[in-house]
Amino acid sequence: MKPYLREKKTFGFNETPENTAFEAGYLVMVNSGWRSIRPVINSENCVGCMQCYLYCPDGVISIENKTVQIDYDFCKGCGICSKICRLNAIEMEAER
Amino acid sequence: MSITARDLCRDEFFYGHKACAGCGGSLAVRNALKVLGRNAFAVLPAGCMSAVGFNFPQLCFANNAIISTFAGTASMLTGVEAGLRAKGITDFTAVGFAGDGGTADIGIQAFSGAIDRGDNILYICYDNEAYMNTGIQKSGLTPFGAKTTTTPSGKNIHGNIRPKKNMFEIAAAHDIAYAATATIGYMEDFLTKVQKASEINGTKYIHVIAPCPTGWGVPVSDTVEIAREIVNCGLWYLAEYENGEFTLNRNPKQFTDVSEYLKKQGRFRHLTDDDINLIINSRDEKWNKIRKDWKFGKD
Repeated sequence: MKPYLREKKTFGFNETPENTAFEAGYLVMVNSGWRSIRPVINSENCVGCMQCYLYCPDGVISIENKTVQIDYDFCKGCGICSKICRLNAIEMEAER
Repeated sequence: MSITARDLCRDEFFYGHKACAGCGGSLAVRNALKVLGRNAFAVLPAGCMSAVGFNFPQLCFANNAIISTFAGTASMLTGVEAGLRAKGITDFTAVGFAGDGGTADIGIQAFSGAIDRGDNILYICYDNEAYMNTGIQKSGLTPFGAKTTTTPSGKNIHGNIRPKKNMFEIAAAHDIAYAATATIGYMEDFLTKVQKASEINGTKYIHVIAPCPTGWGVPVSDTVEIAREIVNCGLWYLAEYENGEFTLNRNPKQFTDVSEYLKKQGRFRHLTDDDINLIINSRDEKWNKIRKDWKFGKD
């Protein structure tokens, strides 16, 4: 379970929710445009210690079946993961 | 028992938020919610985390979350807890995430009242040492010497002239059920304290250092590193207060260089050697007291 992207819709006054938003975890925008560098995983060096997952402020790193995946839609390219990795398994590459 | 990355719930409860890259506060909120799980009812006052989490129509929380008044984090937590109890719900945690200004200055009265009533709530203060959301103004938790927009550094005055308020001991002085200090740099320690606090009945307070790259003047990739260094150089300590006793969780045999820690940050770059000596002296004084009066936990 995690917040996920929905289609951005226009809505009228009578459809406006009474709460803070429509429902919990309602995303309509990605953050990928914030990034000038992007983390790239080198699976050969990775031992699955999960430190990058633990220290990612945006929670975009997930580890399933020993493979690390990054959700580039919401990664802001801060580089904490690359710095925290003792095995240099994450390189920061320039966005083009 | 300590919590590691492997024990953490894989769900994300704070995702897609608009916090700056490398934000320490969002890391604290994200991981604390992973420990507390989907039954956490979060209350956030005005501050960075409410500004970045609730951008209508976007809502970045996957659990129940609400914005409170700036001064009313703790009083809203009281109401949330009482309301859920009245509805017969038992399996939940009422948790507040307030910044340093929302805790030590504007929200201190409501917080003090909640501890006094002994309400069953968890109050987490993510301390980035100034009002970062509004553009870096001094708060009660801004340390001595730090440059902010309201405590600029010039020829005569070198940044903030007042020391950091001791919020941890202020909470403890209420004889609170549980209080702890932490840093996002030592995540396992912080998460273990969140877990422990969620199992205690009564008012709980966790004060977690959460560096702000924008306000501290450090690169966005250095947030975690600087959050470790503040503990290693002795300007912050990891401790707990429970059953009327203080316990020090980490007792460094040797401190790392304070001036190295300070000079890395834009907000301290103007400090002279005399200023730094003042900071070192007050650190040593504090640690003498801590080592004399507090119990030592296992490192």
